[in-house]
Amino acid sequence: MELFEHLSMGFGVAFTPVNLLYALLGCLLGTLIGVLPGIGPVATIAMLLPATYALPPVSALIMLAGIYYGAQYGGSTTAILVNLPGESSSVVTVIDGYQMARKGRAGPALAAAGLGSFFAGCVGTLILAAFAPPLTELAFKFGPAEYLSLMVLGLIGAVVLASGSLLKAISMIMVGLLLGMVGTDVNSGVARYSFDIPELTDGIGFIAIAMGVFGYGEIIGNLANSSADREVFTSKVSGLMPTRQDFKRMVPAVLRGTALGSALGILPGGGALLSAFAAYSIEKKTKLHPGEVPFGKGNIRGVAAPESANNAGAQTSFIPLLTLGIPPNAVMALMVGAMTIHNIQPGPQVMTSNPELFWGLIASMWIGNAMLIVLNLPLIGIWIKLLSIPYRWLFPAIVLFCAIGVYSENNNTFDVWMVGIFGIVGYMFLKLGCEPAPLLLGFILGPMMEENLRRALLLSRGDWSVFVTRPISAGLLLAAVALLVVVLLPSVKAKREEAFVED
Amino acid sequence: MRKIKSQKDFWSGAMFCTVGTAFAWGATTYNVGEGARMGPGYFPLMVGILTAILGLVTMAKATVKGGADGDPIGRVAWRPLLFIIGANLAFGVLLGGLPSIGLPAMGMVIGIYALTFIASLAGDEFNLKGVAILATVLAVGSYVAFVWALKLQFPVWPTFITG
Repeated sequence: MELFEHLSMGFGVAFTPVNLLYALLGCLLGTLIGVLPGIGPVATIAMLLPATYALPPVSALIMLAGIYYGAQYGGSTTAILVNLPGESSSVVTVIDGYQMARKGRAGPALAAAGLGSFFAGCVGTLILAAFAPPLTELAFKFGPAEYLSLMVLGLIGAVVLASGSLLKAISMIMVGLLLGMVGTDVNSGVARYSFDIPELTDGIGFIAIAMGVFGYGEIIGNLANSSADREVFTSKVSGLMPTRQDFKRMVPAVLRGTALGSALGILPGGGALLSAFAAYSIEKKTKLHPGEVPFGKGNIRGVAAPESANNAGAQTSFIPLLTLGIPPNAVMALMVGAMTIHNIQPGPQVMTSNPELFWGLIASMWIGNAMLIVLNLPLIGIWIKLLSIPYRWLFPAIVLFCAIGVYSENNNTFDVWMVGIFGIVGYMFLKLGCEPAPLLLGFILGPMMEENLRRALLLSRGDWSVFVTRPISAGLLLAAVALLVVVLLPSVKAKREEAFVED
Repeated sequence: MRKIKSQKDFWSGAMFCTVGTAFAWGATTYNVGEGARMGPGYFPLMVGILTAILGLVTMAKATVKGGADGDPIGRVAWRPLLFIIGANLAFGVLLGGLPSIGLPAMGMVIGIYALTFIASLAGDEFNLKGVAILATVLAVGSYVAFVWALKLQFPVWPTFITG
């Protein structure tokens, strides 16, 4: 078996003391920044990139990768205990995880997230190892038309998953696409919508939008409620392990989440965030067992599925990076940067020219996931101590971490102003009942969509039919249309609206 | 004019409409080009127009359909809004200074104290001693985590002291 040969070579690389140390360091840092709201893996990896100059390339990539998937573990802790997404991909975990914590079931929620992530991480790594080589071949068939259709499908999928008005969710994606246009156009070099502000020629920082809208906007919203109904809970946590009943419900949710996350992680534009959204929405569509807590009220499946999915997605999102050299999300874009620093050109040739790096990185993910489950479950006691911190101490700290995090991205106070502006915007979205997550997705995909639309139409000499005459592209678009039609069917529509009323 | 059935949706639509129109209008100042040779204005013009149309549809729908109480937007929570954003601004100004008005950088530590005090005013309770302790903990913690451990390049102390 070629796969085992490759993996044993990988483990040989990953099991050296130096690489074990860096994997551990990455996992620790990842958990820490996952737990801290407002500091995500993007900011941390960006901060640490310069520090990896001196390291051997394998060790550098192992550590940076550990930060990404480690953050998926840590992010759930904050989502459950503090009602804030410690990491953007934990946005949906907040919904049910926090409700579980309010009912004194923070322990089982954390365990479900940890165990689900571990399982999904192992499966995701295996899939990465098994499918990366053949996918390199398949991906050669993808042209710009296929990529664009794929992104359209991804966005439509995300919209169907958003709660509330479909119309507003699509509009939010469009606003995200527009915000993504700010900055220098790669083709013409024209600085668009930059108002002659030099910092804006690089575009608006993803971190500034995410921190402003999700961090500040939420804090302001929380503080606006009177102390009585403010979303802070003080109930005691008892019993870390889920009950037998919990396990029975968790296991199928973990399996579904893992499958979905692994599949969506591979897609360009996918990764941890999209996977978590999709998994949650699928769980919500399934029928509730008799006596089961409804979604939005603390259902353990609402924690297990998205947490498994985001970790599986985090692992498999390395596939487009390692096979095609295309970063499917912001974190992978930074990994491209890390590889370039070490003179490694990301792309299909990495597997053949740097096999130790390729397989060593994959093997390290397995080791890292094992480290994380050990780090997270015994250390959960420390995170639970966070519960005793009253909100009046917590929120200034969150504001501070957001401000410091966004500043350290570029060492520029301009980003601090931006996060403030997006805080106001985020509060406005909250007041208007507009869900911000689709906006973020649109923001990330905007430049990629424009680029692929341009290339596709350049190749077809301006003929739009190219998107439906190429079979793979047509199939992807058809799937997107089918998804929209299904959601708009009167029966499904009524049910969907009913489901979201429960929130 | 018909009565608005959903205030939230109506004003959301107005917001989308404004944003879409603004971007589409901005796009016309760049070279738009054509399908086969898109200029920098092509894609934003297309998306901007689409966003504005979606905004109009949302507004129209809000006059027909909405919650029983008209989905009111509700009062704006000015106090948390002003103090949270103000704390953020104060931190930025103190950390980096404002050369345009000749304000030197005061550094991270002073910035953290200012941020903590201003942000704490956003809550219902304000206990001076508690906030002072919190600010000190955050300042020491941030120094250890970001400057000492992560070795980030922060101006820690005011420039007139460090030179």
